[in-house]
Amino acid sequence: MSTPLLEAVDLQVHFPVGRGSVVRAVDGVSFQVEQGKTLGLVGESGSGKSTIGLSILGLERPTGGRVLLDGAELDFGRAGLRELRTKATMVFQDPNASLNPRRSVGASVREPLEIHGLHRARAARKARVGELLDLVGLSSSFIDRYPHELSGGQRQRVGIARALACEPELIILDEPVSALDVSVQSQIMNLLKRLQAELGLTYLFIAHDLAVVEYMSHEVLVMYVGKIMERADRDSLYRSPRHPYTKALLSAIPSAEPGGQEREPMLIEGEVPSPISPPSGCRFRTRCPWAIAACAETDPPLEAAGDDSAVACIRADEIAAGAPVTGGAGTGTGVEPESLPTRSR
Amino acid sequence: MSALFELVDFRVRMGTRLGPAEIVNGVDWGVAAGETLAIVGESGSGKSMSVLSATGLVPSPPARFEGEARFDGQDLLALDEKSRRRIRGRHVGFVFQEPMTSLNPLLTIGRQMTEAPRQHLDISGSDAATKAVELLTLVGIPEPEQRMKAYPHQLSGGMRQRVMIAMALMCDPEVLIADEPTTALDVTTQAQILDLVQRLQERFGMAVVWITHDLGVVADFADRVAVMYAGRIVEEASTRELFASPSHPYTRGLLTARPRLGEPDVELATIPGVPPDPRRLPAGCSFWPRCPYRSDARCETEMPPLREIASGHKARTFYELESYRGGTP
Repeated sequence: MSTPLLEAVDLQVHFPVGRGSVVRAVDGVSFQVEQGKTLGLVGESGSGKSTIGLSILGLERPTGGRVLLDGAELDFGRAGLRELRTKATMVFQDPNASLNPRRSVGASVREPLEIHGLHRARAARKARVGELLDLVGLSSSFIDRYPHELSGGQRQRVGIARALACEPELIILDEPVSALDVSVQSQIMNLLKRLQAELGLTYLFIAHDLAVVEYMSHEVLVMYVGKIMERADRDSLYRSPRHPYTKALLSAIPSAEPGGQEREPMLIEGEVPSPISPPSGCRFRTRCPWAIAACAETDPPLEAAGDDSAVACIRADEIAAGAPVTGGAGTGTGVEPESLPTRSR
Repeated sequence: MSALFELVDFRVRMGTRLGPAEIVNGVDWGVAAGETLAIVGESGSGKSMSVLSATGLVPSPPARFEGEARFDGQDLLALDEKSRRRIRGRHVGFVFQEPMTSLNPLLTIGRQMTEAPRQHLDISGSDAATKAVELLTLVGIPEPEQRMKAYPHQLSGGMRQRVMIAMALMCDPEVLIADEPTTALDVTTQAQILDLVQRLQERFGMAVVWITHDLGVVADFADRVAVMYAGRIVEEASTRELFASPSHPYTRGLLTARPRLGEPDVELATIPGVPPDPRRLPAGCSFWPRCPYRSDARCETEMPPLREIASGHKARTFYELESYRGGTP
């Protein structure tokens, strides 16, 4: 097998938060991404998916584990970071917040070229900026415009052009479409796919929207409170999810049309636990409809569950074989219509 | 069914630094008791402005309103602010997108929940508190007595949204207005809140007006959908009908621009361009510059009427589109 473009080995990002407490934002995560492919990272708030993205670029320092790009371990020292950021860049969620409002589009896209001393001649640099804007579907007439003159989708295109400036191999896309209107989201997703095909880019695509992740990814990691719950290629993850949390996430998506495909309603109770004091054993057990006593005792390792997939659940095989829910953590919202108080009118 | 809350040729204009903006341009809809109407549109479509202006939550000036906003037959716009406030506080409940900014961070949950009933109902402080605890239990807040003493920052996002919903129900509203109430929430929490609102509606028979940018969210539980674009309704139908035979190019675009679970290899349709600036609406149909179906000069000069194309199904088009295949337009 060829060397993966990106590899994380037991990556940890812990933040001390005072009084000896530690937020285990990313807690021992390993994965690989092949060149030219997209790895989707899904999870809810606090799952650590964005922190993984930031830590690969050294924007948050990993507190443990290793990250390898093209087989070489990343060095987060000054010179190492400088080199890294020509190879790997990032596109952020909110294009309003990630562009400097006082810089023109041209200046924003030119900045990485200046920092890294690329296309040094003035004319060459200008031509490169025009080429980049062209690549993302903006004409060079945008060079002198300012972010406030652009729509959200156009701003996100500028963010993508800037991320492409130094011809990176890897782009980390952190919720790149979630702040955009529906009609504009599809423009950006199709643009990202086209750029990947044309330039051979590798993506780490971070999002909370499962349909968007399915559309964009080749392989998907499902994260929960700093850990990987399940890893699988796209089709098997969506067709036959094995981890209860993946099942819960998929069942929580509103069906796209009235009376759409009948999915078993599996509402999970409660909310994501705090990463400062995650539950013992399996982190999902407090909300898991299949939880048993043993789930509180062992932190389930991510075990291979087929050729290209892995799942962190001690009951994965039983559940796949149709084990009934234990009702331990409960289903439903806990509200019975019969118990509702009556109107005072 | 007669409408409990309805807008009649409702318009909102606002003066801006760069000239007057026509935010809402003649909107008609009604919602009956026990019915859920979804208002769907993108940013700037006027979906929130139409509903919030109609209930008196948008200050005038700067906004100017025309038309009627009738609650139980009474035009709210014709009332003075004091009477309008009485009706709103007593009969209309609101749930907004961001519970952290809708709750007062300096007041306890209990204090905020009991404020409206003490204003609008003839009820003592302790009765109001009892009712608040009942409603917190109902929306699934554990240990409601303790939560009454908590401040908003001590609750998670999902819990805050449940508190907002409980608070909206304190005066037994006949109309519940929900403005993107699940957009800021996680997927599993969103599913819980959607489920909760449906159960509450079944129980209390409220009229629900659900404002959202995401057609998918309302597919399962809205009775009717009105799609807005550039301040106008471009299509209105029962939810089933709208999804089965969307008849406005914009609605079709919205339906085919979202990736559908289980169909990742179908290339997404795109609607080129961006919605127009409400200060500079194009002549003719507001959608023509982005419309894949536009055919002749008529689209560019004349606003198509919102016409009934089937029973209970209206679309703002001159032409009939070919039948819907669910794919790329």
